[in-house]
Amino acid sequence: MSIFQRTRWLHPVAWWIWALSLAAAATRVTNPLLLGLLITAAAIVVARRKPDAPWGKSFEFFLVLGLFIIVIRVVFQVVFGAATGSQLLISLPGISLPSWMSGLRIGGPIMLESLLGAFYDGLRLATIAIVIGAANSLASPSRLLKAIPSALYELGVSVVVALSFIPQLISDAVRIRDMRRLRGRRNTGLRAYATLAIPVLAGALDRSINLAASMDSRGYGRVNNQSSRSRRLVVGLLLSSIVLITVGLFGLFTSDAHPLIGLPSLSIGVGIAVFAMWHSGHNRTRTVYRPDAWTLPEFLVSAAGVLTLGIYLWADIRAETDLSFWSQLHPALNQWPSLPLWGLVAFAISLTPAFTSPPPPSTLGSINDSQKVGAGT
Amino acid sequence: MITFDHVTFTYPQLNSSDAQEPVLKDISLEIAAGELALLVGATGSGKTTFLRSINGLVPHFSGGYLNGRVSINGRNTQDFAPRELADLVGFVPQDPLTGFVTDLVEDELAYSMESLGIDPQTMRRRVEETLDLLGLADLRNRPLRSLSGGQQQRVAIGSVLTAHPEVLVLDEPTSALDPGAAEEVLAALHRLVHDLGVTVVMAEHRLERVVQYADSILMMEHGRIDNGTPSSIMENSPIAPPVIHLGRLAGWNPLPVSIRDARRSAGPLRSSLAGQRPHLRVVPDSTPLIARVRDLDVGYGQRTVLRDISIDANAGEIIALMGRNGSGKSTLLRALIGLHNPSVGTVRINEINPAKMPARELIHHVGLVPQEPSDLFEAQSVALECRNSDSDAGCEAGSTRALLALMAPEIIDSTHPRDLSEGQQLILALCIVVAAKPPLLLLDEPTRGLDYPTKGKLADILRGLGETGHCVVMATHDVELVADLATRVIMLGDSEIVADGSTGTVITGSPMFAPQVAKILAPQQWLTVHQVERALNNRGRAETP
Repeated sequence: MSIFQRTRWLHPVAWWIWALSLAAAATRVTNPLLLGLLITAAAIVVARRKPDAPWGKSFEFFLVLGLFIIVIRVVFQVVFGAATGSQLLISLPGISLPSWMSGLRIGGPIMLESLLGAFYDGLRLATIAIVIGAANSLASPSRLLKAIPSALYELGVSVVVALSFIPQLISDAVRIRDMRRLRGRRNTGLRAYATLAIPVLAGALDRSINLAASMDSRGYGRVNNQSSRSRRLVVGLLLSSIVLITVGLFGLFTSDAHPLIGLPSLSIGVGIAVFAMWHSGHNRTRTVYRPDAWTLPEFLVSAAGVLTLGIYLWADIRAETDLSFWSQLHPALNQWPSLPLWGLVAFAISLTPAFTSPPPPSTLGSINDSQKVGAGT
Repeated sequence: MITFDHVTFTYPQLNSSDAQEPVLKDISLEIAAGELALLVGATGSGKTTFLRSINGLVPHFSGGYLNGRVSINGRNTQDFAPRELADLVGFVPQDPLTGFVTDLVEDELAYSMESLGIDPQTMRRRVEETLDLLGLADLRNRPLRSLSGGQQQRVAIGSVLTAHPEVLVLDEPTSALDPGAAEEVLAALHRLVHDLGVTVVMAEHRLERVVQYADSILMMEHGRIDNGTPSSIMENSPIAPPVIHLGRLAGWNPLPVSIRDARRSAGPLRSSLAGQRPHLRVVPDSTPLIARVRDLDVGYGQRTVLRDISIDANAGEIIALMGRNGSGKSTLLRALIGLHNPSVGTVRINEINPAKMPARELIHHVGLVPQEPSDLFEAQSVALECRNSDSDAGCEAGSTRALLALMAPEIIDSTHPRDLSEGQQLILALCIVVAAKPPLLLLDEPTRGLDYPTKGKLADILRGLGETGHCVVMATHDVELVADLATRVIMLGDSEIVADGSTGTVITGSPMFAPQVAKILAPQQWLTVHQVERALNNRGRAETP
């Protein structure tokens, strides 16, 4: 059995690198065919490699979220957007606003071009959400926690705990809404939801206190031999590096930013982060149970993402001088978008994790174990 | 191993006007290494506070004032926070699910060790050992949320055990479990005490399940603790399982605490009861039909939860739904109140489909007391809650409050419903539901976390409702309550009805679900101490003249 077929969890960081690269690539284009290919690649990889654990199902939720984003974007365009273009689709009754609100418009004529533009824009946002959703279902957030350096561990725990409470809140809300019916109230409609806030929040608060007590009694946050000063130094360094990396990424992905904001601050940020992690890893007491290894599949999966992003960035740079690249990335709204060859190559590369990553272990086990029949009759 | 030296504890004052009563009062005791100590007491007597003071959650996590000294293996909890005692004391909270930090069984088992900084090879080995010790090996890759209650409880125990603590503290480990799952957990604990010499301190209301395993009993009353061997403490305890009550009735000395001991002393009692039959409450044959379920199937998505269920329930019946966790009991109750639309089959309450009825009318036909009674509450005080209930039910003002005063006179108007004890919350929820006078009353796990006196009170209330023509259906794991109260038992298993019949025939038919008295006096079919007492009195009266 080769390393590509042995079932195991892929290192979560590899999945996130792959997914975030695809998301970053999506920010560079409005061509719906290219965006569609990115979504297709994510969906194929998820279909082949999602685990049967609960978080594996979250991809469907993100697909619905993506659809919702598109619909909202288009509806906003219809209601508030400015009419640009030449092909009139339909004319809605408009409200003329006073002159000091001339930037706003409600209703009025709907142009095919502006509608299409809104759709492309919505699709781009939806692609980002869906690709992130793919990472979420392929690697659970709490597995990612294992890979977090010990200095940031506590910060990571609070984020993961907060994330895991959201599904719990939803199921609480549904349960308590049902209970309203038992009191003779209607359990549908806005009013029914309005009275849920207090019981649901009280439940969430109780649960988080219980969880905190349990974590405390299981040794979470034990003081190690690191002095508190060096701990504070590490946290400070890591936070500032995160700020620098964020600013750097922002500079890199916004076309009109000052050149000094992009690559330099990104590389300084990464440098500080590496130093801080090395410093904190020096004398930590926390250990990791069966840490995920970084081997060839991890390299291939993250490389697939990075290469895809590379191709998109290359096209983006070429587009500044070459108009044909520009129209491939951002097709004109009055003609059918074209699918460039490089897009297909990127698609093929972005898809490879479906084959180069190992299949995840089954989490279902045999359902019937230790469920002994109590009723002997 | 565990030493309490004149320990008094008071929770922080909420408002400066009233001084807080101490929760623990001058407790001095010693629990030796390798002992299994059982903590017994009424609801609200301070059991959880005592348990939490063992690993320092009280006072480090809770706040408040602790006088005196608690020391575990020489470590004073005043100087060590809970996280610094994690290698010494393993604490398993009441609801294991709220204490889980990770997603998968294996990761959860490793969590404590990761925090303690144990090296990876040792971690790997200990996880394997613990998986075997607690019979979890097949579940290692399973998500924690997909496990049954008994499995979750065993994972929770395993997750603290991997740190190799010398003391294990458990807060009601079996209260939410069906009899079978409770057996699994207790067998695992028994093994830990006997094979590894772990010291165990455990609080539990269901004494009939655990008392035979205990080496000593800590009897807690109003913050004070009386410490002794099980038979000496049980001799005068108001909180006692049926085996003790039977032993007292029969005058057995020494008082047996296990079925095995009781059965050996029970020969004379069996012969004096020979030829008598238990007095049973009989439901008249021709009471009106209240609920009719025909060929009911209910499913969530792909999964079938109930299959081919047919039940007729008449006025005056008290029906117990039994079966292991996840066998579909709660779903059946939800179908009866119209929260699930059946995929196949019909549910009719007084010839009406509950799923189609507007909520405002539905409450006059069927009412449900949910598993968490506080889910029903929405007001800021008991008085307000009762007023809301009157207007919901459309009954005359003050009737819910009057009902509550009858059932639980100690509850004060101004209390916030969520501040009531579990038993009081249950009774308040019951009053709210009963105020609308539904002929069909449903209860989901009503005795979870209730002590014997509260349980007895609930049984009296429900019996009264049954006699006034209500039909009561309750889902429960509590075998003793069923033996005492139910007129009929429906056993669910694997989403189908496994058995349906009178209480005596169904529960004595399986050893897992038989009450203690039935086990002791088998093959005679006595279910409760009360029945035996009544039979003995009858015999006495027959012999005197």
